[in-house]
Formats: sequence, C-alpha cells, structure tokens
Amino acid sequence: MTGLLAHDALLVSFVVIFFGLIAVPVAVRTGRRDWMMLAYSAVYTNFLLVTVAVGSMLYALVTHDFSVSYVAQVGSRATPLFYTVISLWGALEGSILFWAWVLGIYAAASVWVNRRREGNLIPYAVVVLLLISLFFAILLVGPADPFKAVFPVLPDGPGPNPLLQNHILMAVHPPLLYLGYVGYSVPFAFAIGGVLSRDIERDDWIRLARRWTLIAWAFHSAAIIAGMWWSYEVLGWGGYWAWDPVENASFMPWLVATAFLHSVIVQERRGMLRLWNLNLIVGTFVLTILGTFLTRSGIISSVHAFTTGTIGYYFLAFIAVVLFGSLMVVAGNSDRLRTTGRYDAVASRETVFLLNNLFLTAFMFTVLIGTLFPLAAEAARGVKVSVGVPFFNRMTLPMIVSLLFLMGVGPALPWKSSTRAEIKDKLLVPAIGAFVLLVVALAAGMRSVYGSLAFAFVGYAAMANLREYWIGMRARRAAHGEGWGTALVRLINGNRRRYGGYVAHLGIFLVALGIAGSQSFRTEREATLKPGETMILDGRTIKLKELWGRQEPQRAVIGATFDITINGKSRGTAEPRMNFYPTSQTPIPTPDVKSSILGDLYFNLQSIREDGSAATIKVIHEPLVPWIWFGGLVVVCGALIAMFPGGRVRETLTADLPR
Amino acid sequence: MATLSPRRRVAAAAAVVMLAVFGWLIYGGLDKNVVFFLTPEELIEKGAKGYDVPVRLGGRVKPGTVKWDDKTLRLTFSVVDTGGVGEIAVVSSGAPPQMFRDGMGVVVEGRYGHDNIFQSTSLMVKHSNEYRPPKAGEKPQQMYKTLMKGAGT
Repeated sequence: MTGLLAHDALLVSFVVIFFGLIAVPVAVRTGRRDWMMLAYSAVYTNFLLVTVAVGSMLYALVTHDFSVSYVAQVGSRATPLFYTVISLWGALEGSILFWAWVLGIYAAASVWVNRRREGNLIPYAVVVLLLISLFFAILLVGPADPFKAVFPVLPDGPGPNPLLQNHILMAVHPPLLYLGYVGYSVPFAFAIGGVLSRDIERDDWIRLARRWTLIAWAFHSAAIIAGMWWSYEVLGWGGYWAWDPVENASFMPWLVATAFLHSVIVQERRGMLRLWNLNLIVGTFVLTILGTFLTRSGIISSVHAFTTGTIGYYFLAFIAVVLFGSLMVVAGNSDRLRTTGRYDAVASRETVFLLNNLFLTAFMFTVLIGTLFPLAAEAARGVKVSVGVPFFNRMTLPMIVSLLFLMGVGPALPWKSSTRAEIKDKLLVPAIGAFVLLVVALAAGMRSVYGSLAFAFVGYAAMANLREYWIGMRARRAAHGEGWGTALVRLINGNRRRYGGYVAHLGIFLVALGIAGSQSFRTEREATLKPGETMILDGRTIKLKELWGRQEPQRAVIGATFDITINGKSRGTAEPRMNFYPTSQTPIPTPDVKSSILGDLYFNLQSIREDGSAATIKVIHEPLVPWIWFGGLVVVCGALIAMFPGGRVRETLTADLPR
Repeated sequence: MATLSPRRRVAAAAAVVMLAVFGWLIYGGLDKNVVFFLTPEELIEKGAKGYDVPVRLGGRVKPGTVKWDDKTLRLTFSVVDTGGVGEIAVVSSGAPPQMFRDGMGVVVEGRYGHDNIFQSTSLMVKHSNEYRPPKAGEKPQQMYKTLMKGAGT
C-alpha cells in the first residue's frame, strides 16, 4: 500500500514539474504575476509530493513492510529503531530519495524567501531547480526505484550494511553531506537564472548566490569533518583521511565553493571576476554531481558504492547536459560579464584573493586528476592502477601551507593600494606568532618540513586574524568608550561577513594544527597480550584486564578491557570491541578512543586468539586529533555568523575603504 | 586577438607559464606515484621492472601457507592467482584481520623485494559490500561463540 501511494506521489510530481516548466515561460512572456505564482507553487507542490514519498518510506521501514523492495534490502526486525530510521540513506535507492527530498526543501525554501522579488531572475532559477528535480524524479521511477513490489514477501530482511549501523555518526555525516551537496543547486540556479534574465550586470545574483552557497558550505564543511570523524571512529585504522576517491569526491566541490566565497567579495567590492565567479558556481555544482557519480555508480568500490546498476549512465548524461547547457549560457553572455573594476597594485587584498583562488582551483584540479587518472588509465590502456597517497601529499602540501600563509596576509592587506609603512607594520607583527608556534613545534620534536611550516604559518595567520579583532575593538573603545566585551560583539555585528570569515579562518587553523600534529607526532604499538600483561607506549602503561563477549539483539560483541596508567596514576579504562553482524563475513572493528585536549589514545582490537586466551591490540597515540573536530565546529560557527543578514553594512562598507 | 593590451598579454603569458608548470608537476607526480594493481602472475611477468616499486597485489591466500606469530607480530603467506597459477610469498607485520584464512581474497600493498619476498605495508581482505545472508559453512557466529566461551563473561 505504502509503495503504491509513494509511486503515485512521484508520478504526480512529474506532472507538476512539467506544469511548472511551462508556466514560467508563459509568465515571463506575458508578465503575469498569477502565472508566476503558479510556477512557484509547482516547486512547493513537488516538495510536498517527495515528502509524501519519504514519509511512506519511513513508515514502511519502521513497520518492517518487506513487500517494499528497499525495506527488503536494508530492513531487519532485529535492527534498533534508530538505525532502522537512518537506513533511509543507508543504500542507493533510499539515498537518492533522500537527495530528492533535500533538493525539494532547498528549492521550496529558496523560492519562498525570494517570491516577491521583481525581475526574471527567480523565475529562471525555478526552471533550473525544476530541471534538477526532474532528473532525480526520473532516477526514482527508473534505476533507483525504492518502491518496487517484492514477491514473495519474506518475513525478515538482512538489515543495513554493518559498517553503516555501527556508529552514531552515520546519523550525522550523510544528512550533513546531502544538505551541503544539494544546497549548491540553489546558487547554481540563481547564477544561471541571473544570466538568462539579463539582470547579470546588476550583480544581483551574486548576493543571493553568496548567501545560499554559505548555507550549503557550512553543512558541507561539517559533513567533511563528520566523515573524517566517522572514518576515524569506525574503520579502526586510526586515520581520518587517505585521499580515497570518495573523500576526494566530497572535497573537490568544497574547494571550489571556498574559492567562490572568497572571490565573490572581489566582485562585490571591485566589480572584477564576474565571469570567473559564474564558472566557480557552475564548477561547484558539476563537481557535486560528478562526486555522486563516482561514489554511487559503483565505478569505485567503497562503502558508499552500493550496488552496481545502470544509474552511472544517468549521472554521466546529466553531467554532460549540465556542462553543455551551462557553457552555452555562460559563453553566450560573456560580453556582459566584463570586469568594471581595475587592478591597481600588487600589494593589495585583491592579489591575495587572486592567489587564494589560484591555489584553491589548482588544488581542486590536482585532486580531480589524481582521482580520475585510474579511471582514464583503465579505460585507455586496460591497466588497473591507483594513485598513491604520496602523489596527493607531495602535490597538495605546498598548496596547503601557501594557503595558510595567505590567510595571514589577506586580512592584513588593504584593498587597492597602500603605503609601505602600513604594509610593513601589518605584515611584520604577526611574525611573532609564527616564531612562537615554530619554537613550540620544534621543541615538541617536529622534524618534518611541511609540519614545521604549517605550525609557523598557522601562528602567523592566527595572529594576523586575531589582530584584526584587536585593532577593531581598540578603535571602538577609543571612539565609543565601550568595554572589551561590548566592543567585540558590536564589532562582529557591524560586519558579520568579515568577522565571521575570520572566525572560520581560526577554525581552519585548529584543523591544520590537528592534522600537522597528529601526522608528525603519531606513535603506535601493536602487541599480543594475555589478561594481566602490559605494554608501554609513550610513557603510558596499558594493561589487558579481561576479554569478554556478549550477545546483542542485532549482533554479537567481543571486547577487551584495558587499564591505562600514567606515572602510576590510573587514567581510566578503554574497551575496544569487535562487532559481528550476521550479514558480514568479517567483524566490524569498534575502536575505543580516549581523548584529552592534547590528543587521543586510540585502541583497536586487531584479533583475538581462537581459544580466547590472548588478544592482539594496536594502540596509537595521536596528539591534537580532537582539535580537528573542534576546529570544524569553529568553521561552522564562523559560517553561521557570516550567514545572518542585517548589521550595519553601509557603515562598515565605508569604514573598510582605503584610509 | 591583435587588440590585446600589453597588460592582458602579460597576464595571458603568465597563465600559460603557470599552466605548463602545473602540468609538469602533475605529470612528474603521477609518473612516480602510480601504483599498479597486479595479480601474482602479472607481477612475475614484469621481471626486473616489478621489483622495488609500489604495487597492489591482488589474489587468493594459498591454502596452507599462512603463518602468524602473535608474539613477534609477523605474518607470512603466499598469494596466488584466482586460477591457482603464479605464487608470491608475502611478509606483513601487524595482525591479520580476525577472519583471515586460507583461500580468501586479499589485496596487499607494498614492494616486491629482490629476495622475491613481497613486503606488505597494508593488507586488505576482499569482501563484498553487498548485503546477502551468509552461506552455509560461512558462519562468523560460530567463531564468536568459541571466543565467548573461552573468554568468559
């Protein structure tokens, strides 16, 4: 029953989408507002229909309706309710349904917020959003139909992929990633809408696109960090990033979107980079679809690739259509996307933004080439290859440390040109920060060049960014006699975009320190212990207390309990486990991570002797890892500050002009 | 194009130079860091060229060759092609996955030394991600029950 209802809802959504696609041109031609409103309601109605489909799926999952193909694939009566609900995105068909739903939310919200806006930008954006929705509607009745009828109906199912029901972060990472990935559809639609509506000279689209990009970017940043965290907490290897194709797929659009968030400022301020920004937005969107193709088509084997089917061809066709269509639109209007501003001096903030964009796009292309090369090699020469981690590290580490350095230079340099003395003061003082962190790193035993550079440049950039706050607060105190707290709040409120950006920078610095620290200072030991035996790692004594096992409804668990002591003082216990799911041939590692502000002690149970008399354990000491997760949170906070509208933008606009 | 201002000409030249440098860096980086995915037979066929380069070796664990010493943490086994031809001895440090056993599909990453021993730095067990009920004779549950008895609760 639920399957039929959902099927009908999806079929009706086709009609609604086509109606909307007809209503927009009519409305634009005749200039009739009532037709416009009808076109907009097509977006809202489509959202409601997909919501019905998602609701039906959730109902079918929770009631264990194994006559629905998706439930028969991922459901099981033994799975706890929580994991049953989140298995909505635990396999291909459900994830496409969830994607379509998130797209529905974004489309409806972005149109609703702007429904009263004059001009043809929004109507054309509606066309783009409806076309993207159409693509996902086609997937949902075609190659990714989650509502196929199953006969005969089995009494129980296998349950979700064990890896995807082993950790709470599975409830966090995927929705965040969809909210990020799908969110880029909105700025893409606004950009194309802006060009098609011939409003492009007014730079109207850029303000709309910026806000929606920022929303998506905040989710996307959080999703990448959550994905790293998941990999760290679940896979048992003690790492969080391996330049794996699926990680790269999530990272590439982030790089381009980050470039856009910076270069958009140059367009707003100086009227430059119009065409470039349009391309960045199109690029971000295309990379999200490419990423979905890479992860979902089964072309790359991973936990994200579910079953191989025909869906890859649909994505390839869609990428081709989007690329071709966008290029036609952009190229056909490039004469109206000329730069109006002038590039004045090398030592200006514009230069830093240009370099930032240069490095970020080069970064993206490096990752893109490294990710696609194996596919190209196999297609062209039939050889199976992979691109090793050293390639990515060697190519990207110089770019990463350069970007960190630029994050210190950028906020310090004024727009246009400036005097020598001004530059000298702004650029030299933060060198103290660089010196301090470099000394700290070297004293702690840092021996890698890039690790040292990362610490030094983070010190430099962090001091430069914090100094902007300091200068602003001091000026407010002098001018208005405010206390430090009030001055800080009013400073941020006065220009949320700018100071939100600096907060996001601080978050990136924490992430960078976490990565540099954990990569450089990592120590690990592996040993086989019998109960009562101990091992020592970095001055920590680790004693195996006992091995144990228990049966849980959906799985069997084997665990080991360790006592940790430092200098004779007890520092708690760790309980790494192995979870055995009925559907999995191998146990799912379940490491235990003991965190403190300075770092993690990571316990992974490698194997247990068949008679249960001893366990092989890997213990990794990973300094500064928690800083990565915390830094991610700070980045998101920065984005939130920058996202909220309001504030006295006028005043700060003038305040920011060259003095 | 003849109307390009000197300023634009400089910018265009800079762009070309940067693209060339970028391409050259990428090419150099790829050239050294491409890891071939080979079966034991293909690795042997490579002859001298197969030694001391990063390789991903994929095949099956030859039954009866697995030796695991959990005190020294030294694991040795042989990998053979699916068809049983070609055989390469692998040495790996670190515990094998719990379910590591004869005949299963493995991918090891590392280098093939001149002593004809493959030094593995990482070992992955191949198992499909698709959901299917376990076949007869493939019951991790049984393994776990032995462990539970021995371990006590």
